[in-house]
Amino acid sequence: MLLVVNTAAVVKMSVELDVFVGNTTIMDKEVYQLWLNGYTVSDAVKVRMEGGVMEECEASADVLLSDTMDQFRTFQMCERLLQNPAKLANQLLFQIPPDRQAMLIERYYAFDDAFVREVLGKKLSKGTKKDLDDVSAKTGITLKSCRRQFDNFKRVFKVVEELKGPLVENIKQHFLLPDPLARDYAAIVFFANNRFETGKKKLQYLTFHDFAFCAGQLINNWTVGAVDNMVEDMDVDLDKEFLQDLKDLKILIADKDLLDQHKSLVCVALRGKTKVFNEMEANFKNLSRGLVNIAAKLTNPKDVRDFFIDLIEKFIEPCRSDRWTATDVNLYLTHYTNSAHILDSFKHQTVWTRYMGVIKSCILRMYHE
Amino acid sequence: MPGKLKAKIVAGRHLPVMDRASDLTDAFVEVKFGNTTFKTDVCPKSLNPQWNSEWFKFEVDDEDLQDEPLQITVLDHDTYSANDAIGKVYIDIDPLLCSEAATVISGWFPIYDTIHGIRGEINVLVKVDLFNDLNRFRQSSCGVKFFCTMSIPRCFRAMVIHGFVEELVVNEDPEYQWIDRIRTPRASNEARQRLISLMSGELQRKIGLKVLEMGGNAVVGYLQCFDLEGESGLVVRAIGTACTLDKISSTCPAAVVPNLSNSSPSKDMKEAVFGEEAPGVPLSSGPPTPLRAQTFSSFSPSKSYSRQSSSSDTELSLTPKTGMGSGGSAGKEAGPLKALLRQQTQSALEQREFPFFTLTGFPVGFLLHVGGVVSARSVKLLDRIHNPDEPETRDAWWEEIRQEIKSHAKALGCHAVVGYSESTSICEEVCILSASGTAAILSSRFMQDGALDTEHRFEDTAPPACGFCHIPYDELNMPFPAQLTYCHCCRRHKVPDVLFTTIDVPTEASITGKGCLIQARLCRTKKKAQGEGNATAISNLLPFLEYELHTQLLNKLKLRGMNALFGLRVQISVGDTMLLGLASATGVYLTALPSPGGIQIAGKTPSDLTYEQHVSNMQKKINDTIAKNKELYEISPPEWVEEVIGSPIPESRQRSRIFRSHSESSDEVLELDLSHGKKDAFVLEIDDTDAIEDIHSLLTDAPTPPGFYSCNTEIMPGIYNWTSSLQMFTSVRVFRLSNANLTNQGLNKIFNDLCENLLKSLYFKLRSMVPCCLCHVNFIVAVPEDELIQVAVTAVAMSLDKDQTQENGRQSGDKTLMKAITENEEQLQFPLELSAECPSNPLSSAKGLSEVSGPLPSARAPSVDHSSFTDRCSSWIEQIRLKAHTIRRGSIKTTSSLEKSSPLPDSRSRSLRSNRSCPSSSVAVVKMTPLSFLPGTKIIKYLGIINMFFIRETTSLREEGGVSGFLHSFIAEVFAMVRAHVAALGGNAVVSYSMKECVFMENPNKNQAQCLINVSGDAVIFIRESELEATPSQTQSGNVQTSSNGEGT
Repeated sequence: MLLVVNTAAVVKMSVELDVFVGNTTIMDKEVYQLWLNGYTVSDAVKVRMEGGVMEECEASADVLLSDTMDQFRTFQMCERLLQNPAKLANQLLFQIPPDRQAMLIERYYAFDDAFVREVLGKKLSKGTKKDLDDVSAKTGITLKSCRRQFDNFKRVFKVVEELKGPLVENIKQHFLLPDPLARDYAAIVFFANNRFETGKKKLQYLTFHDFAFCAGQLINNWTVGAVDNMVEDMDVDLDKEFLQDLKDLKILIADKDLLDQHKSLVCVALRGKTKVFNEMEANFKNLSRGLVNIAAKLTNPKDVRDFFIDLIEKFIEPCRSDRWTATDVNLYLTHYTNSAHILDSFKHQTVWTRYMGVIKSCILRMYHE
Repeated sequence: MPGKLKAKIVAGRHLPVMDRASDLTDAFVEVKFGNTTFKTDVCPKSLNPQWNSEWFKFEVDDEDLQDEPLQITVLDHDTYSANDAIGKVYIDIDPLLCSEAATVISGWFPIYDTIHGIRGEINVLVKVDLFNDLNRFRQSSCGVKFFCTMSIPRCFRAMVIHGFVEELVVNEDPEYQWIDRIRTPRASNEARQRLISLMSGELQRKIGLKVLEMGGNAVVGYLQCFDLEGESGLVVRAIGTACTLDKISSTCPAAVVPNLSNSSPSKDMKEAVFGEEAPGVPLSSGPPTPLRAQTFSSFSPSKSYSRQSSSSDTELSLTPKTGMGSGGSAGKEAGPLKALLRQQTQSALEQREFPFFTLTGFPVGFLLHVGGVVSARSVKLLDRIHNPDEPETRDAWWEEIRQEIKSHAKALGCHAVVGYSESTSICEEVCILSASGTAAILSSRFMQDGALDTEHRFEDTAPPACGFCHIPYDELNMPFPAQLTYCHCCRRHKVPDVLFTTIDVPTEASITGKGCLIQARLCRTKKKAQGEGNATAISNLLPFLEYELHTQLLNKLKLRGMNALFGLRVQISVGDTMLLGLASATGVYLTALPSPGGIQIAGKTPSDLTYEQHVSNMQKKINDTIAKNKELYEISPPEWVEEVIGSPIPESRQRSRIFRSHSESSDEVLELDLSHGKKDAFVLEIDDTDAIEDIHSLLTDAPTPPGFYSCNTEIMPGIYNWTSSLQMFTSVRVFRLSNANLTNQGLNKIFNDLCENLLKSLYFKLRSMVPCCLCHVNFIVAVPEDELIQVAVTAVAMSLDKDQTQENGRQSGDKTLMKAITENEEQLQFPLELSAECPSNPLSSAKGLSEVSGPLPSARAPSVDHSSFTDRCSSWIEQIRLKAHTIRRGSIKTTSSLEKSSPLPDSRSRSLRSNRSCPSSSVAVVKMTPLSFLPGTKIIKYLGIINMFFIRETTSLREEGGVSGFLHSFIAEVFAMVRAHVAALGGNAVVSYSMKECVFMENPNKNQAQCLINVSGDAVIFIRESELEATPSQTQSGNVQTSSNGEGT
């Protein structure tokens, strides 16, 4: 039986193949961003049309489509190299000026704050990757882009995990990232490794950069690397000895005299300097207990994970409910830290300084009024 | 044993994982030359192996050195099964055989596999120790330099231009051998790559021998092509221009060399002064006006007989036979006809046998008059090449065509053909051979025997810059009807109304306004046929195709208000069901030629009112377009009072009258002549749909977007403010016609849109470079299979200095010069040039004159011609109807055009920003350009010719991103391999780069595709002119010296 086909050949011509290859690889930053954002070619064309390139250059939709496809293909071919940025510099296939290479790498490794907040502190495992469609739905970031970002985290994590030396430097060297971006990755790696809880409701108000700042503090002060800088994993793991020593701080709350003494020193120092003096005075013991207890529990990995939530529950929330300003918090923590040094019977000055330095800056960063 | 080749394998990197279990590779390397193979140790379990091998030494004949490539194979060692090949590198060691070229090849080469593409890189070191060879009867031609560049390469000076050299070798295509049925695609591809590499080497060696016989030392404008004839074999042929070149540096103190001598070639020529009798004083050339004469060459569907007999040369491709073994060129020992021709060629009269020059740019004073384009085509039926050692059929075919070209040139009163090129288009067993060039009269200055034209010798004293426009033929005895007027520059000689050429715009030419790319595109359906019937059908179609193309070109030229075409290139491609014609050229307004008339539309049925209205509407549109174009291209020629000076020649009106006629369609001519004979303008009849189509296509050509210029010559006439930022690119498109029942018009429209859209895409892609010019835009069209049209474009986009876009184009300096010279250099050189030229003969060139006025440091000497006057000639002889008037040539005319004589102190303070292109990272940047120079730089050394042939095949097309993904990565790989080879030779750029062949075949159903690409170019070392500043005083002295020498001559 004959199948009758309506041969209304409306389209008489179709492009079978269409490529453009420059001796210097041409890459449009805008199109690159669209690609990174995980747009399909047709979506990207739409965005570009709305952006007004066509009017600027008297181009037609066909031209735009052809250009977009071509560039997407180029990026795809480059992706393998971008995953190993060191290769990009000495590969021969694409001739790309160094400043362009840097741009390509930087943007490839850039990530969305919304995305990273979802993943921060989670194990970078296949399981997490499977849940990325939820993340995508929640954040509005395309799944493709989510996957790229996730894979970047994982790749960086795997590479630096086994390296000696400072974390940030290692990331810079292996992935040729600029300093701020390398620091962000250090934070991500650090969080992933220690599995800090960041997803609880109470933590939602914190931005990635709040956490990244805290991670920087922890890396610089609480890890093995802060003391000895040629140890494996030095920047990724917290200094076990230090954590052990933190238990000694318990004396500050366990010893009644010490606690009272500490309180009076702080009160003397703060009297008249803050509007929330009364609240502070009333709450001192609670707050001090909270902070010292956090310290004492850090030997337990589970409690390490809850470090940030503990800070909020034990310190930030009480202060906030009493309407402390950031200045009040700062003043309080400064004197709280310093007064302990004056306590004659308190012998753990070094550990105290190391501990409170980080706590203070973390709390200040996390204390949004 | 005249040579020792040494190779050392240093290291590898980024190797692919060959052992899945360990994710590593146990790599080792085989190094093979001829039949000798060495192996490195296995470097276990590494993707970045360090072999650091000993030096592998091959003791070989220099003949082998020329023919054979060094073959490096990287393998993965496998204890239990066969070793897996990772990929190969072929290194052409030819550049090492020339004392002045590269001395060592050292660098990272991509490891290439025909199935997987590039798989990592390998670091190799290669050297050659050559022993002096005293044997006069040697078969090798080591030391002959080859250049793809179509003009005398910069940093050389031509002592003698000997003339045409050609050779072809044939072989069986390994792809079609019986063994191909049982071997893997990889083996087959590699056999082919290797065979072609061998054949190219052999071809080059043989051409080199001819050059040596002629007493030359170099081949310039070397054009090598492959004809993949399928079943009937594989032909590799080459043509070129033999020259005796002298490195300029050798004449001057070494220190000066880089500064001075290496300046733009054009310059060199001009001031080539220092040699003794060499092209001393810039004798400006007074070339004639090229008319276009259109003659259709014969289409002889002759079948080449000689059915195969014993053709069992399968071994050829497999065994790398050294020596002349494999496909001997047609040659010397061939049939009687051949032998005869050969003899002639070899005689001292060779130049006259085929006075052809592949050059498109010439030393100043070489090109005297231009007659017009000459071309010849011939349709042949392919037959199996039964004996590779006697390829006489192919040779005879080309002889035939060349003879025809020669006779066309004669008909135009010319004794030479410049800008000569040859091409083929093959569809199954039918092959169209085409040759074209520009008929010209040349000065004897660079000829060995100087006898070429006695007549014109006299002119040497002071030919005017407009000279090349003056007609070379006898006015009373014109080869075709044409309309002559007095030259608008000198007013003494006759010029044609329109001039078509295949060469570049001569540097001395005076151009009004700017030029632009003009294309005529045509598609004609053809019935499917076989064998002789097919050939006849094609033969019958060809004349019409050419005629139409020519008419389109002429119309488009007029629509832009221009009067001359340069770089004309006509391609005809055959498919099973259609013929494609694409003519590309750069239109300009030559100041010397009359202003073109308008285009007038005439309807045939004047009674119909609406029709009249329609006609007048169109007329208006056309007039508007012309006016707009004149503004766009800044064409505002000075108004000339009618022929005041000239003798009273009735026809010499400002607007020339042209009818659309053609020798072969005399009826039409007659008719036209009757009806519109009185009109001044070019008349277009729209009595039929075809004509309406014509007009539509005229008007649908979109203008280039603002900020863009385009041309297919080396540089755009009228633009001087080049910067050093450039981008070479290749773009390929394949279109599928899904409706088989297309009419001619439908096809035309599709083809036209296709080309237009492609150009639009290019402009869009390159918009960040604006203002910029697309130079040397080269289209290659093909009909790979039924219903497919393939268009490949290679060009270079060069940015212009924004601040100087408005620079006056009239000043007619040579742009190349301008580009090529840094400010610094300019300052240094101007005075020199002036001093050299002015005193000796101020009238030598109009440009020279104009310059004299401004010898300020900033002043630019317009007189300098740049090396490439590349005029590329495609040639038909077209008919032009000019009324002939005798012009006496031979008298010494030193008039310069008024325009020029007005001293324009072109303060061309064009600050070439020496944009440093990307600072080099760990991989050295290699620039590529189809031009013969890089703006803002000096080429200080030519390292040798790059001529590479690659095959890529895939059986996983979808996985590689479809056809586009496949071809995209292949082209990128080809670029990468070219760059790697250049870098390994110590170079930092490829000039005169071209993609000769891009054959793409696909079978999506089988998920397969295959592509063959052939590229060539000259590897060079350039330095930025800004880097030359360090030695100004030396330059100065060098210049002075130069100039004084010049005067001496």
